[in-house]
This record gives sequence, C-alpha cells and structure tokens, in this order.
Amino acid sequence: MSRTLYDKLVDAHKVCDLPDGDMLVYVDFHIMNEYTSPQAFSGLEQKGLKVWRPEAHLSVVDHVKATRQRAPHNAASKLLIDNLEANCRKHGIAFYGLGDPRQGIEHVVVPEQGLVAPGMLIACGDSHTTTYGAFGALGFGIGTSEVEHVLATQTLRYKRLKTMLVNVEGALAPGVTAKDIIMKVIQVVGAGGANGYAVEFAGDAIFAQSMAGRMTICNMAVELGGRAALIAADDKAYRASGQMTFDAETWASDEGAEYDSVFNIDAAGIAPLVSWGTSPDQSVAIDGMVPDVSAETTPKAKAALARALDYMGLEPGQAITDIQIDSAFIGSCTNSRIEDLRAAAEVVKGRRVAERVNAIIVPGSVFTKLQAEAEGLDIIFKEAGFDWRPESGCSMCLAMNDDIALEGERLASSTNRNFEGRQGRGARTHLMSPAMVAAAAISGHLVDVRDFKKGTA
Amino acid sequence: MPSTVQGLAAPLPTANVDTDVIMPKRFLVTITRAGLADGALADLRFDETGKRQLEFVLNQTPWDDASILIVGDNFGCGSSREHAVWGLMQYGIRGIIGTSFAGIFFDNARKNGLALPVVGPDVRDQLLELAGHSEGLEITIDIGSRQLFYEDQTAAFTMDDATRTALLKDRDDTLDSLKHADAIRQFEAGLTETMRVKVAQ
Ligand code: SF4
Repeated sequence: MSRTLYDKLVDAHKVCDLPDGDMLVYVDFHIMNEYTSPQAFSGLEQKGLKVWRPEAHLSVVDHVKATRQRAPHNAASKLLIDNLEANCRKHGIAFYGLGDPRQGIEHVVVPEQGLVAPGMLIACGDSHTTTYGAFGALGFGIGTSEVEHVLATQTLRYKRLKTMLVNVEGALAPGVTAKDIIMKVIQVVGAGGANGYAVEFAGDAIFAQSMAGRMTICNMAVELGGRAALIAADDKAYRASGQMTFDAETWASDEGAEYDSVFNIDAAGIAPLVSWGTSPDQSVAIDGMVPDVSAETTPKAKAALARALDYMGLEPGQAITDIQIDSAFIGSCTNSRIEDLRAAAEVVKGRRVAERVNAIIVPGSVFTKLQAEAEGLDIIFKEAGFDWRPESGCSMCLAMNDDIALEGERLASSTNRNFEGRQGRGARTHLMSPAMVAAAAISGHLVDVRDFKKGTA
Repeated sequence: MPSTVQGLAAPLPTANVDTDVIMPKRFLVTITRAGLADGALADLRFDETGKRQLEFVLNQTPWDDASILIVGDNFGCGSSREHAVWGLMQYGIRGIIGTSFAGIFFDNARKNGLALPVVGPDVRDQLLELAGHSEGLEITIDIGSRQLFYEDQTAAFTMDDATRTALLKDRDDTLDSLKHADAIRQFEAGLTETMRVKVAQ
C-alpha cells in the first residue's frame, strides 16, 4: 500500500503498541536547552532513574544566552546554564556551553554539526524542532515531562497524527523567499489550521529552495499548528546530512499516497509578506493595507481584529509601507543562518541604517558568526550601522536574555512569533524575511525589498 | 486524578492564546516546577506595576473562583513550555474546554492531569455565553463518560482513549514505559551502527 513519508517515519520508529491506543516510538536523537530540561533531570533524580543512552543526547545553551558578552547577564540565567552543565556532566551528555565553538541556537547547531539525516526521529523540548523535516527527518517539540521520558527510556509515547499536504507549485517571483512561502501557507491554512496534523510540503517551489530555505519553512510550520513538518529527502538533503544513514526506506511519500487534507498554493502569486497583527496568520503583502475591522462579519472576528490592531497601534486602511519602525532584528532559528545573513547583507551593502532605528544582528551560532566574518559580512553590517553581536543565541526572538524590546517599541523582525509580549511586554513585532528586515532598517519604515533590488528606494 | 472535574467556569473567548501569554518568559527562569501560580496569564491579570487589572475576567467575582476555563480556538499555541500547564494548575485550573488545542500543550496537560475536553464550536459558544452571566456557571467534566453536565444540560466531548486512560489512571508514564524495556532493547538491537547517533562530547 502507498504510504506517506510521515507514515514511513512513524512505522520505522515504532517500538511497540501500548494497550490504550498510543505507541512507543524510538528517539534517535534528543536535544535539550537550559530552560525546558531542569525539571526533567530532577524527575529522573526523584525516581532514581538513569539516562538510557547518554550519547544520543545533546544540550545547548541558547535561550537565556547573553549576546553582548560571553558571561551570563544575570544570576538567574547563570543558574539555568550551570544547572544544565552539571546535569550533563553527571549523566555523560554532550554539552555545548559558553565559549564552545559549537554553541548556538539548537536548531542552527544541529544541522551544522551533521546531527541530522533523512529517516531520523528527533525530539527536543522546543516547538521549532519541526525544522528537521527539511531533511526528511521527523522532528517534533515535546514538553518537560516528555524530556524526562526520553532521557529515561529513549522513547516517547506517541499518537499517530493526521496528514496534510501543502503543494507550492510554480516559480517564486524575484525577491520572494522561503519565509514568504511559509507566511503565505500560515495565512491560508490559519494559525492552528494544522493542529493534529503532520504537514508535508511539496511542489517545485519547495524543492527549488536551499536547505536553509527548507529549514525556514519547516521551522515555522508549528505556527500553523503542525506537530511535524516534512519535505521528501532529495539529493540536496542527503548532501547536507551528517554521517548517519537510515537507509531502510526511501524517505519520500509513495506515489498515490493519500492525505487527510490537501492545500495547493500558487508560488507565482506570493508577494513579500509582513505580519500586521499578533498572530502569525495575520499577515499581508508589503504593498497592501492594514485590514479593516468592518470587513469582518462576526462580532467575535471584529473584536479579535480590533484587539490586535489596538495592541499593534495601527489604523485600519493604513498603508503597510507607512508603518515606521523603531528597531530591526535579524536572528532566531528561523532566519539566522549564513544564507539569511548573506541575503540581508546584499540589501545593506553601501547603505546606512535610518537615523532612529536600532538594528541588531545575532548570528545563529558561533560557527555561522565565524563564517560570516570570514566572508566580510560583519563589516558590511557594521559600516551600515548595525549592531553585530559577538555571541549567539535566541536573543530577541523571545527576549529571555537582556535583549528585550520596550513597551510600544515597533520591530521589523526575522523571527517566527508576533505574539503579544513575545519580544517584550507591549512590544510590537512585524514578522518578515531577513532581507525585508534589512530593507526596513535602512528605510526606517516597512518597505518592499524589491524596490531596493531595482534601485528605486 | 478524580474521574470528574467540577467547578465554576470562566469565559476566555480570545482565539490563539499562546503559551507566552499563559506563562510569560520572566517566570521561566527557574529550575523547579513550583512557584508558577503568579505567572499564569500574568500579563492579563496584572499591569506593569503588579496591580490587578480589574477588567480581566479572572479578577472579577464570581470568576476569581473559577477552576474551569472556556477558551477560544487553538488555545496553548506557541512554545513547548510545560510551565504554562504547571502555572495554570497551581493557579487552580483543573479543566479547559475548547474547540482545539495546540499539540504540545495538549500533551503537557495530559502529563499533568489537566483535563482538556474538546467540543464543537456551537457547544463552546453556548458555554461561553452561559459562563459569562454574573451568577456564574457550574460545569462537571465527566472523563469516564466523556460528557459535560451544566445547568440541566449534557454535552458530549471528544478525548482520545489514551488521554482518557492517562487521566483516569493518574499514571507515571516514564515508569510505565520502562515496563517495555525489553521491547526497547530489542528495537535497539535492530539498529545498524550508522543509525546509532553518537554526539561528540
Ligand atoms: S530562536 Fe526563538 S523560536 Fe528558535 S529556539 Fe530560540 S526562542 Fe525558540
């Protein structure tokens, strides 16, 4: 029978069925960070349990990492970092901490270190673990109780998801990127539209993407509720993979495999997108307008829209390109890879950041930072007036370190979540591609990066 | 946990309430599960100076006594932080009724014995409406029969079998799964060398 890639991955990792309808699946590789793992280690302690297979885990410091200097910015983050290090030493788990040349944001570090390959099952106490779907691997986020479970058993209790296929056919217009593809998908399917689904992306616009672009797409699939995101493994994926081989299957859906839900999106119709609201599905093309409350039909929808506009401090009907920004942030596991930095540098080169704008770049990992510096990208950014941070981490993506946006501060951001308070209490986030963030930083307002390329801006 | 959850329900109709809202990041800098009650929905309950925001439903009578929430679509989206579930439970929430929940939040709730009955939009909207009346609405969530009881009405809800059993049995999944250690070892025996990840120290 024809099977989807998702079903092949689940089948290949099934250890046994459980009496109540769940199954145990084997976790090939598990990643931890400093803030969702402490209570898992204390759980092991309380139950007197050992780590089942220590060499199959990796811990990385990223969420609370200071980016101006190596040392923790306060005692509380030092406690989290030291706690993780002590737990890893005790249990013989690899730890990429402060000053380690392999440190960085977990989902940037893992592919760089060759720790992902088609056919793997990867879990991590972080929702953006969907990123590994770019390699035809099944990656998904778990909570802290499940972190404890995978440490103790190398497995997880698992319930098979429904499957969704998102086909993006055709060629993208120049200046349109992977970030715009996924923001379009979120706009069409809706935040939560893929709750309960594993989402497979296919179509020539997807396979035309670099591995970095594919990772951006799979990364943000969690913003539509997808618990897993997948792209069939092709030559590009195999070339970018680590040494491990899981060659039991061809890691692609069979011809004729059926999905519970299918969406078709025309790549040529996608424009550079920016979010205007407080949910990632509240986005609009850069040449569009802030939506009008009266266009909504139900009272609930009107109220939701009004609330988002109020939080964002926007007027219905306002042109998107009239929105002035205070800050620009390029970073996060969605868009801080070398390809993202190159795309931003191309826009920035020979230009200056607008007077009022505070523009920050945090490379996704130490490795990425060194690579960017070897290519001279840091010079381009610094000459333009960007704050090129010497240390890597999540930074302003969730503002758990000391990079916190102020009340009312408006940001163009290459991150993944525009939730209320995500980048700081009362902070107003506009999501977009790194090149669009760079263009906004230069202009001082949201702007179409394609005007830059044409030289008309 | 007991097979039923009973209590006063508070309406929280906003869609896409994410875990950053449910448990703001400043409460995450901790290595224990305890002390998270103040963090639950903190930015809705309190202003920047720590004062109660009186227009928020959980700061009003009778809803300040609520142990059940009726919520908008896609509740619990965003980050995987289990602190969101711990905080809501420490605050006193025992059940959350909605049309859909984000996957990781749903699993985290199950691990901690927080019941998440899923109902259709019509039932949810009716419950939102009833719960909004000033006399308050008492609801009983009966996990065994997968039914809600309120006023003189009954409504069925969805909950997959495994989640239902997990809630009813109050089981420790880690210890329970270790009963299958032999099956896990057998699975591992079938892994070739190239399938055994070894992370460099
Ligand atoms: S960069 Fe942002 S989304 Fe990615 S792991 Fe860090 S906090 Fe999470």
